[in-house]
Amino acid sequence: MSEMTREQTEALIQEVLEVYPEKAQKDRAKHLTINDQEIEKSSKCITSNRKSLPGVMTIRGCAYAGSKGVVWGPVKDMIHLSHGPVGCGQYSRAGRRNYYVGNTGVDTFGTINFTSDFQEKDIVFGGDKKLNKIVDEINMLFPLAKGLSIQSECPIGLIGDDIEAVAKQKGKELNKTIVPVRCEGFRGVSQSLGHHIANDAIRDWVIDPATGKEFESTDYDVTIIGDYNIGGDAWASRILLEEMGLRVIAQWSGDGTLAEMENTPKAKLNLLHCYRSMNYISRYMEEKFGVPWMEYNFFGPTKIEESLRAIAAQFDDKIKEGAEKVIEKYKPQWQAVVDKYRPRLEGKRVMLYVGGLRPRHIIGAYEDLGMEVVGTGYEFAHNDDYDRTIAEVGNATLIYDDVTGYEFEEFVKRVKPDLIGSGIKEKYIFQKMGIPFRQMHSWDYSGPYHGYDGFAIFARDMDMTLNNPCWDSMTPPWKRMGDETAIAAE
Amino acid sequence: MPNVMLRYNDKGDLLFYVAKKDLEEVIASVETNTDEAWGGTVELSNGDKFFIDPISPPPEFPTTLRFKRG
Ligand code: SF4
Repeated sequence: MSEMTREQTEALIQEVLEVYPEKAQKDRAKHLTINDQEIEKSSKCITSNRKSLPGVMTIRGCAYAGSKGVVWGPVKDMIHLSHGPVGCGQYSRAGRRNYYVGNTGVDTFGTINFTSDFQEKDIVFGGDKKLNKIVDEINMLFPLAKGLSIQSECPIGLIGDDIEAVAKQKGKELNKTIVPVRCEGFRGVSQSLGHHIANDAIRDWVIDPATGKEFESTDYDVTIIGDYNIGGDAWASRILLEEMGLRVIAQWSGDGTLAEMENTPKAKLNLLHCYRSMNYISRYMEEKFGVPWMEYNFFGPTKIEESLRAIAAQFDDKIKEGAEKVIEKYKPQWQAVVDKYRPRLEGKRVMLYVGGLRPRHIIGAYEDLGMEVVGTGYEFAHNDDYDRTIAEVGNATLIYDDVTGYEFEEFVKRVKPDLIGSGIKEKYIFQKMGIPFRQMHSWDYSGPYHGYDGFAIFARDMDMTLNNPCWDSMTPPWKRMGDETAIAAE
Repeated sequence: MPNVMLRYNDKGDLLFYVAKKDLEEVIASVETNTDEAWGGTVELSNGDKFFIDPISPPPEFPTTLRFKRG
């Protein structure tokens, strides 16, 4: 289908809304909009971070998912205890592919699921005793674990366990960092509050207690914040920063460690990739320790170049030269990628529906390949995310917040994109509809997608998905021969 | 009485940020903004008004302050 005009998109939204009862219609209408670059403040055109409507299929997660799954989980030398029944941790285990180096089970613990496996009696009599025992057990079995975080699942808050008391007492006893996180799944409207709670826990239990720690810093210390090393993303970013002369002293939290988190306030600049999940702690460090932070974008050569220069501008000439050298060095590499894939992808239209930063950050990478993003939306964004989105997407682009399963399907049927990028729950629905799909949370078991190295993989993956011969086999052969034969055969 | 984080953005404007409210706006005007004191009624670029008793000497930004709805 060709370009949709503003009016057509508006009509589409109206049509999709029609099936809802009146009240739901009014509510959902506020979450769907058409981009208008004239508007500076997103609050004028879209409502976000509200409770999902009962009865619709939302694609969101819970606060526990935001804290354990996103922020804390990747800190590799700590053990993250899913405190409560076994399911929350087990079903989400190792789903986020936060790569790390280390010996799993010895000094790193990223892919192991630790849980207190609550039973009825723990709910009835309280689980603090059990938690006490677990902490001792973990300490005995995994002496090289640098610390422990207690990730509360729903029941913990409901039965009123005092995990803070246990954490304090045990922390003193064992002389280890033990962090109680109040990220019960029922808090907030999505995983977003879980990020915030996790950030606050890092502030109170990691950053503040470590304030006086010795650290030998240099003038070129930076940190990578809000990069979860999905498929190696943070590594592909880190080498670029190092090549331009900076020293990366911490990765948050993909392939990160407790010590790195503790050292972060000593950095000269915090580089923030996922604004949504880690802006809170960045703001805190700016206020308390005077460490400035800036957002950057390492998707696709255009944005990487912009970001490298913007980062370098915060430092002296040596770094600025370094940045230019890096840009120069990688030009032939990415040019070859563009030359190879652009002709195969030019003009293709993409619809995105992802999480924290990707609905706006990836757009540049698609544009570098000559593709166009015709619809985008966030699961759990806030207004400040949409503020940042308006400038990135073209006018008349469809924007959907906390889209429901039904709306997403209807939009796709009408907009007819060539490619969809969203999560695992959406993947098979759209593939069965015959539309190429990439799982853009975990890069569909591929990656990295950040940095120049990542761009090459990104381009290959998009081509592989879009131009896959399987899409020609959607219609069975007996239906493909001219219509009449098909009818005769039936 | 929201807790407000105040910080400068890249352009040097003072930003008014309330995490709980998802409010991030540039401060358009401050009633008292001298070398001795900072505060009074603060108006944001979206028209919202907040109030804080003038602080002297003026606070150093970034910082967190408690405002009243004005
Ligand atoms: S909502 Fe509660 S029970 Fe469900 S996964 Fe989250 S923490 Fe577990």
